[in-house]
Amino acid sequence: MKYLDEYRDPAAVRQLAQSLARLVTRPWTLMEVCGGQTHTFVKSGLEGLLPPAITLVHGPGCPVCVTPVELIDQAVRLAARPEVIFSSFGDMLRVPGSAGSLLEAKAAGADVRMVYSPLDALKLARASPARQVVFFAVGFETTAPANAMAVWQAEREGVPNFSILVAHVLVPPALEAILSSPDRRIDAFLAAGHVCTVMGYEEYEPIARRYRVPIVVTGFEPLDLLEGIYLAIAQLEAGRAGVENQYGRAVRREGNRAAQQRITEVFEVSPRKWRGIGEIPSSGLRLRERYRNFDAEARFGLAAPAVEESGECIAGLVLQGIKKPFECPAFATRCTPETPLGAPMVSSEGACAAYCQYGKRPHA
Amino acid sequence: MPEFRVSCPVMRPSGERVLLAHGGGGRLMHQLIAGLFLEEFGSPPLAAQHDGALLHLGGQRLAFTTDSYVVRPLEFPGGDIGSLAVYGTVNDLAMCGARPLYLSAGFILEEGLEMETLRRVARSMRGAAARAGVALVTGDTKVVDKGKGDGIFINTAGIGVVEAPTDIGPATVRPGDAVIVSGDLGAHGVAVLSVREGLEFASPVVSDLAPLWEPVAALLGAGIEIHCLRDLTRGGLASALNEIAAAGVGIEIREAAVPVAEAVQGACEILGLDPLYVANEGRFVAFVPQRDAERTLEALRALPVSAAAARIGTVAEGPPGSVTLESRIGGRRVLDLLSGEQLPRIC
Repeated sequence: MKYLDEYRDPAAVRQLAQSLARLVTRPWTLMEVCGGQTHTFVKSGLEGLLPPAITLVHGPGCPVCVTPVELIDQAVRLAARPEVIFSSFGDMLRVPGSAGSLLEAKAAGADVRMVYSPLDALKLARASPARQVVFFAVGFETTAPANAMAVWQAEREGVPNFSILVAHVLVPPALEAILSSPDRRIDAFLAAGHVCTVMGYEEYEPIARRYRVPIVVTGFEPLDLLEGIYLAIAQLEAGRAGVENQYGRAVRREGNRAAQQRITEVFEVSPRKWRGIGEIPSSGLRLRERYRNFDAEARFGLAAPAVEESGECIAGLVLQGIKKPFECPAFATRCTPETPLGAPMVSSEGACAAYCQYGKRPHA
Repeated sequence: MPEFRVSCPVMRPSGERVLLAHGGGGRLMHQLIAGLFLEEFGSPPLAAQHDGALLHLGGQRLAFTTDSYVVRPLEFPGGDIGSLAVYGTVNDLAMCGARPLYLSAGFILEEGLEMETLRRVARSMRGAAARAGVALVTGDTKVVDKGKGDGIFINTAGIGVVEAPTDIGPATVRPGDAVIVSGDLGAHGVAVLSVREGLEFASPVVSDLAPLWEPVAALLGAGIEIHCLRDLTRGGLASALNEIAAAGVGIEIREAAVPVAEAVQGACEILGLDPLYVANEGRFVAFVPQRDAERTLEALRALPVSAAAARIGTVAEGPPGSVTLESRIGGRRVLDLLSGEQLPRIC
């Protein structure tokens, strides 16, 4: 298939892997930020083709994984209200809260619908005027423009029965949190290509300077990832630390200005709690005052309940790249995709689920 | 900087209620069958966990199978619930090496269903039965209150006479066997999903729904020693291979050798689905001895329904129960069962 096969070409992959092997002189640890990249790494078997000196650790860029358990509990409670149609992207439905997942709520009678776009949820609201349609607005900068657009349209048209439960998070503050952690072991980042398609990469430049860390904006196909690694290693070996763009076919330095404007108009930056990591200042989005009546938390008067967090799940360490999934004592034994103890075992973008699904084990 | 806490709630054990994923053809469904149905019903033919039960009656070897059909929408590009209910059961018999002969049909209709829809479905069943060479010989009709059904649910059961001279089933698979698929994968699942979700593609995807006794009969007619057959319905190729590997062999396949039509591949890329897990209704996998591999491909490619047959891998000496995939770029990984159904990703 055009525009895909070129980036999965075995000969090109082999050639680049050989160049990489000649380039690297000492051990380096890289983090791919986005769960979609983790998925490609493991699914394509790319990790096995890398020189042994390069270690990849998997970043926090899995929206399902970092959405706090309190919000999932709120979603489940909202979904259980008889007047509510609760709509969400597919892989959010399986994430366990403290009292089950949205799929389990559905099995118990809640009206839970899987949609492919927040605009479909808005359509559902127009078509069901007697019901309250709530959309679970999850994700990074990638999903923010469409979610903002849905709210903006709802406001313009005056759709009174549409609202969103916001769980938006931002990448750069998370990178800074990881970089300032005393356990830091990351030498370079592969930044998430699709986040940068929206946001550009200007905001990464001060981070690269401040922490002396190369950041390469990288795509999602095997050859993209390999090239991203090559560029990062070339910087590390040369003692440079700048921002480079591997994903030039989709990303410009300034990003997509129209999408950014829509986000800024509807959302404002706020502190956000990340599941398994904790609260990070200025790391999320919330609806601006003008759009507050589309905020499901406000509309339904949801109180943030205290949730007992305990157990043996090491999601926080996995999401910061400090531990590999199989270093968790529960991995693939007590914690499996059927009975996940933590969110990274749920979404196909979660590092634990990817490792489990594709049979990755230590030294495998 | 905030202090990082390591925290995640322990989920309460699932399994208190039936989830949709229990019907998805993945691990949860296998757990349900093994942990509940086999435990309660376990008979030797059932325990064989083949597509149908093999029975010996008065010197005859019969295959007997049943399946229920709950597809939404009732009509989709390339078929409808009626033709699906005929071919699905016919194909389960064919996978036992049996010539399909007789079907039953049980209807659960929802109050308010348009009579014209029901007639179209019945006509479609008649046409499908004629094409597959089976007779619909007994049936049943029930009507449930509006809102308690989804238009039409159909159950069919089928009986066929086993024509394969040797046992066909996972237990017969041997190291060295060639693994062959009868055509390109994923079209049925994508066709149904695209109608259900209102997705539009430049080139519409049509279901692969078709009866499969003809290609199986062609293999038997060519004197090929068939070790195992399985149609690639719910859970797709990956689930079928895992079910067969569970009988005690290791299977190795090459991703680049698996035929997938470009439109299906494109739809799967957009939706974040893996075609190896997508349902088919007119495709099967055959395990045959290495020496019969070329003749199997020839026999299959001579028929329109299996014209795109391809060899995708080999049964290896490797660890029993495992399916290994060599990726397009030459990496290797495990091809496992899914937990339940594939869910489209967020971004």
